[in-house]
Amino acid sequence: MKKSNYQEISREIRRSILLQHFLSKESHVGSALSCADILTVLYFGFLKVTPKKPQAPGRDRFILSKGHAVAALYAILAEKGFFPKKMLETFCQNDSLLPGHSTKGFTPGVEVSTGGLGHGLPMGIGMALAAKQDNKKFKVVVLMSDGECNEGTTWESALFAAHHQLDNLTVIIDYNGQQGLGESEKIMKNKPFLQKWKAFGWKATQINGHNYHQIEKALTSMGIKRPRVIIAKTKKGKGISFMEKDPLTWHYKNPNQEQYHSALKELL
Amino acid sequence: MRKTFIDTLTQLARQDTQIMLLTGDLGFSVFEDFAKEFPGRFINCGVMEQSMLSIAAGLALEGKKPYVYSIIPFATMRPFEQIRNDICYQNLNVKIVGVGAGFAYGAFGSTHYAIEDISILRPLPNITVISPADSIQTRELTLQSYKKPGPCYLRLLKPEVVLMPAKVKTILGKPSVIRNGNDGAIITTGACLQTGLAVADTMKESKKHLTVISLHTLSQINEPALVKAIKGQKHIFTIEEHRTIGGLGSLIAEQLLKHRLGGKLTTLGIDDSYQKITGHQQYLAERHGLGKATIYKKILKELKK
Repeated sequence: MKKSNYQEISREIRRSILLQHFLSKESHVGSALSCADILTVLYFGFLKVTPKKPQAPGRDRFILSKGHAVAALYAILAEKGFFPKKMLETFCQNDSLLPGHSTKGFTPGVEVSTGGLGHGLPMGIGMALAAKQDNKKFKVVVLMSDGECNEGTTWESALFAAHHQLDNLTVIIDYNGQQGLGESEKIMKNKPFLQKWKAFGWKATQINGHNYHQIEKALTSMGIKRPRVIIAKTKKGKGISFMEKDPLTWHYKNPNQEQYHSALKELL
Repeated sequence: MRKTFIDTLTQLARQDTQIMLLTGDLGFSVFEDFAKEFPGRFINCGVMEQSMLSIAAGLALEGKKPYVYSIIPFATMRPFEQIRNDICYQNLNVKIVGVGAGFAYGAFGSTHYAIEDISILRPLPNITVISPADSIQTRELTLQSYKKPGPCYLRLLKPEVVLMPAKVKTILGKPSVIRNGNDGAIITTGACLQTGLAVADTMKESKKHLTVISLHTLSQINEPALVKAIKGQKHIFTIEEHRTIGGLGSLIAEQLLKHRLGGKLTTLGIDDSYQKITGHQQYLAERHGLGKATIYKKILKELKK
């Protein structure tokens, strides 16, 4: 797809993210914004999924393991037509089908429940393993956060997926360098991050997670007899200048009326 | 029980290619034949119980029927959040098989005790908690739970024992009433049935006739069947090799109150002194008041009140 189209879609995704967080007053707007470009390329340039048949057996499976960024997933699913965009206004409201972390059975197009970090990857592995066993060609893509790489299950899973040569599995790490209480690297040293994954037997590449061309290119090159990880360097709050400048605050805070309108202006 | 379980699972796996067996690197000398007969359907996940439970959830999401095996604390406590979020909340067809009920691995020390597992799993939605008394129940309940899609926990012991009389049926969710008496009812779970039966036998010498019930299913229970089995009894005794808090004792207390059945309840199980003693299963059980003689005395005392 053309760069200009991706740009247009991702702007709309960001508007939808802001709307959800503005109306709901719930946290995690910065985390959703940081993966908006990755989701745009995934859903409009890579994943074989169709809103006409959300449960089609041959569909690619996408797992948002960083479940707290779910406003981004809802935005992209609405954009793809899995449900009416109007529904985004119900995000986190009583009786809504859009809870604050992805939940199976609530939202069309959402594959699994996530929210406890470190669950999405091993569940994705189970799905990829089943596909291998049954000789099915679908791919499994898991989007994780860098903070999630503190979890033991992430590295257990890294061992398992490499051992079982799951080349139908892709992990994308939304590496925005921020986690709960501050800079990831200061809280728990990740580096050398790329080398860690390589040492675990993964095909590992690092890209700019806001560069559509780089995301697209990284997605087209699968691993052979090994899983692959794409470390996507991103900015928390990407696209909204005042959020980019104060990423920790925007892990928790939600925009007030004035901030919401000023943010929307940046997306024109 | 363990051999019965794997034999039963092997039979099922011959008919159903979706069945898989995952282990957390345990089961030496038990799974070799299964692994040989069903290559690719036996996976040793290594020592990573948390991921293993999530992987099982992922397999179940794709229509597989995974059985996940480990020693009870590693199969249920280490991966508790995975069981809750990934398996029970998503209502997936994953069967968790834990071996070493109660103090079975007692001599290994307290890390291997399996005496709080029922308490932590019972409140979870969708899961059927099963604690068979013997090999007959193990076979029956493995078969019946296979036919009931959804999460399930099988709490097993290694030894093969037969306690169930041929005429008594084992039905998932329903209590198995082994014998009837009007002076009170003993309700057991797991292999404590043996103690329950022995105590009831001896009690006849004191002209006391007790009902003996094996409650092998501890969640998703058929409540009317349980009420019917204990209604009208003035004395109820529960015996379990498990903490009474949250276990069988709690379960019966809840049912007695909920259905206003009356009767006096005595819960016999493990108190909170268990970390401080070393010993084999029988010794530890006796030290915690679960020996036959101790239970006999306690029950007789209650009956004479």
